[in-house]
Amino acid sequence: MALSVLYFASLREQMGGASQRVDCIEGESIAALAKRLASSRPDGGAALLEPSVRAARNQQLADRTELLCDGDEVAFFPPVTGG
Amino acid sequence: MQACKISISVQRENFTVSDEQSALQSGLEPGGASQTPGAIVSFVGLVRDEQDAEFGALQSLQIEHYPGMTEQALGDICQRAGAQWQLIGCRVVHRVGSINSGEQIVLVMTAAAHRGDAFCACEYIMDYLKTAATFWKKACYESGARWVAAQDSDQQRLQRWAK
Repeated sequence: MALSVLYFASLREQMGGASQRVDCIEGESIAALAKRLASSRPDGGAALLEPSVRAARNQQLADRTELLCDGDEVAFFPPVTGG
Repeated sequence: MQACKISISVQRENFTVSDEQSALQSGLEPGGASQTPGAIVSFVGLVRDEQDAEFGALQSLQIEHYPGMTEQALGDICQRAGAQWQLIGCRVVHRVGSINSGEQIVLVMTAAAHRGDAFCACEYIMDYLKTAATFWKKACYESGARWVAAQDSDQQRLQRWAK
């Protein structure tokens, strides 16, 4: 049971990497996953818990209340700045 | 309702507007399902010359994206534009990687029977690209670099498309 977690832009730098694989906990929400990932970091992962951080689940923008399934790709990133 | 032919590229290479227009037009040749356009609108975004009080002159932008999600988001935006206006064709090119000051970043090209649809759709696509497509810019100056912050004004511009 695993999730693939991706970070982009400033969050990638703050989290010290572009991706990580983590165990999937049945019925866990995106918000709970973010808390789990943040608390596993020596610095407390405050950057990940910033209210401006957006999340996507399987490449679709996702609400923090969405529940995760085994094999999901979850991405966290700051507000977009393209164009 | 006619179908809008949509083409999206996220690429490192630069682009040439005239080549992109020729490719868009030749993809809309009569004989296919689509009609010949009477209007083509192109928007090209460039890297602005900029001075940072702390880091000096802007040298380049580093543009990063979320492969897969970006193309899908751009396709969705173009599809919505095609449904709202009478678009025949639509082409979006967005560069990633290192882009120097003064160079082209993005092209949005819309083709329609009449200019009104092409103008509106082009602006709509650009407004949503700014706020919903997964790109991020890092500005690299003479003596430092920082991530570009999202602008509230870009979010506010979306309100004019709400009805």
